[in-house]
Amino acid sequence: MPSNTRSNQAHYVAPIDETPLVAIDSVKADGKPTNLWTDAWRDVRKRPMFWISSALILLIVIVALFPALFTSVDPRYCQLSLSNQGPGDGSVLGYNRQGCDIYSRIIYGTSTSLSVGLIVTFLVASLGIFFGALAGFYGGWVDAVLSRLGDIFFSIPYILAAVVIMSVLSQYASVWTISLAIGIFAWPATARVLRAEILRVKNADFVMAATAVGVTRLRILIRHVLPNSIAPVIVITTISLASAIVAEATLSFLGVGLPSSTMSWGNDISQAQVDLRTNPQTLILPSIALSVTVLSFIMLGEVARDALDPKARAQR
Amino acid sequence: MAGYIARRLLQAIPVLLGTTFLIYFMVFAMPGDPVVALFGDKTPPPQVLEAVRERYNLDQPFIVQYLLFLAGIFQGDFGVSFSGQPVSEILAVTFPVTLQLAILAVLIEMVFGITIGLVSGLRKGGIFDASFLVVSLILISLPVFVVAFVAQFVFGIQLGWFRTTVGPGAPIQDLILPAIVLATISFAQIVRLTRASVIDTGGQDFVRTAASKGLSRRRIVPVHILRNSLIPVVTYLAVDFGVLMVGATVTEGIFNVPGVGRTLYQAIIRGEGPTVVSFVTVMVLIYLVINLLVDLLYAVLDPRIRYAK
Repeated sequence: MPSNTRSNQAHYVAPIDETPLVAIDSVKADGKPTNLWTDAWRDVRKRPMFWISSALILLIVIVALFPALFTSVDPRYCQLSLSNQGPGDGSVLGYNRQGCDIYSRIIYGTSTSLSVGLIVTFLVASLGIFFGALAGFYGGWVDAVLSRLGDIFFSIPYILAAVVIMSVLSQYASVWTISLAIGIFAWPATARVLRAEILRVKNADFVMAATAVGVTRLRILIRHVLPNSIAPVIVITTISLASAIVAEATLSFLGVGLPSSTMSWGNDISQAQVDLRTNPQTLILPSIALSVTVLSFIMLGEVARDALDPKARAQR
Repeated sequence: MAGYIARRLLQAIPVLLGTTFLIYFMVFAMPGDPVVALFGDKTPPPQVLEAVRERYNLDQPFIVQYLLFLAGIFQGDFGVSFSGQPVSEILAVTFPVTLQLAILAVLIEMVFGITIGLVSGLRKGGIFDASFLVVSLILISLPVFVVAFVAQFVFGIQLGWFRTTVGPGAPIQDLILPAIVLATISFAQIVRLTRASVIDTGGQDFVRTAASKGLSRRRIVPVHILRNSLIPVVTYLAVDFGVLMVGATVTEGIFNVPGVGRTLYQAIIRGEGPTVVSFVTVMVLIYLVINLLVDLLYAVLDPRIRYAK
């Protein structure tokens, strides 16, 4: 018992002259607070790869939205007399076997690839976030069931699964069905990443603080845990957009993708196979368009990973 | 160790049941007549339709159909192809070819991928490292059929170094070009994985201890750094196998390699639904078994896995 406790006083407070005031380290109070996102932005804007990929993606989006700005040639107007002719006479890249303008078909095929990529990504992100968040946050039997379910979907390579679905749904082939066929099997990777991140975040002090204040579990998940564990999901989502575009092209190439009436790079590449010896540019040019599009999203994903994952940043 | 193996085997059972059920469900629970839908815009002869209906027991309730299908798989009965040949018979002929191709591809990607990844990781930030980061990004972005066509055009047609089609009974050197194409899919991933892992291991305490004991770089790099960096690369083999199967379907189709992949490729192209279903089932089963084996191998390599709960 300290000797200077008085019985009529609830708490002992030391007189002010007993606690000497020392100059503490000065805090820059007027500086902007930083967090993961402002740090990431500061890192990202210094990297040329970010600006190159963003510029390419912006260009791709504009081409997809307004193809008529880039070509005045109708991609469906094909003259057999022009079959396999080289560039020249108002055609930038020449003609394919059917005598259609290659350049114009590449321009008009952009929106197909991009829409499939976006729809699949939306699907994969929603399913992955939903299942991953539930499994990681609630744990127990919810986690056990959802993780096994994810394992099952993960065990079927998603292109093979899409091949089976699209062979059954061949009469209904469209941008929507193909996106569904790819997305329904591609989500477990996202769910796994989010689950692992939530397991890490959910024991943080701010979660306990929120619980102590009486915030409901669901609200803690949505307002506190999810925003703090979404960073790796953003990285994997950007990359899954690229994979979805490749998957659509592969399925179209295999002949179980989009109907041949839909303009798509995969369809054009598939039809150009027979001309590989005689007129290789009918095959190479759409392939380049496809690869550049995929590359821009992969680069963006790479930049995002470096910016959001401190470990990846250290390894650069 | 025994506990880990038992647990891992037990875990495989629901996944095995789930995947086969899912494939079956996708095909035969679709609205309309699934058998007709399987043939797309073709009209198969009524005998074929009848055979498919009989094969999948479509007069039974759905769950009975599935169980009978599953029982068939366990007896090695994977169904009959469009031309009436049992799938197991086709597999006996085609599987060795695909296995050769896959082993060749894995060897190529592992040898080159690990070497380049190791050099990049040891000289982080150097010119070699920086240029291979760019190369690996480009390789990741190239779809396998694009690589296959470009390789076929450049090395097969223009330079004439390789034959463009392999065909049955071809010598193993004809498989080199398809194997290289197949290897490019995962090569870049292996380079990056090895690089990241080498950088990680290089900063560990035991590496510093080894250096301060006076061990030469020549001994530290292979024994201390490389060996400990290979664990994630080995685990990647399991994922890689799924990639390889899809890649083999496309590559074998383009190069006319008489393997499992080409059989599936042609069945897809010709719209022979039942053959596609059988082969996808077989591939998924092989994938599950390989995954199981890699997981067990992983436990042998990494004691932390063995003893963790």
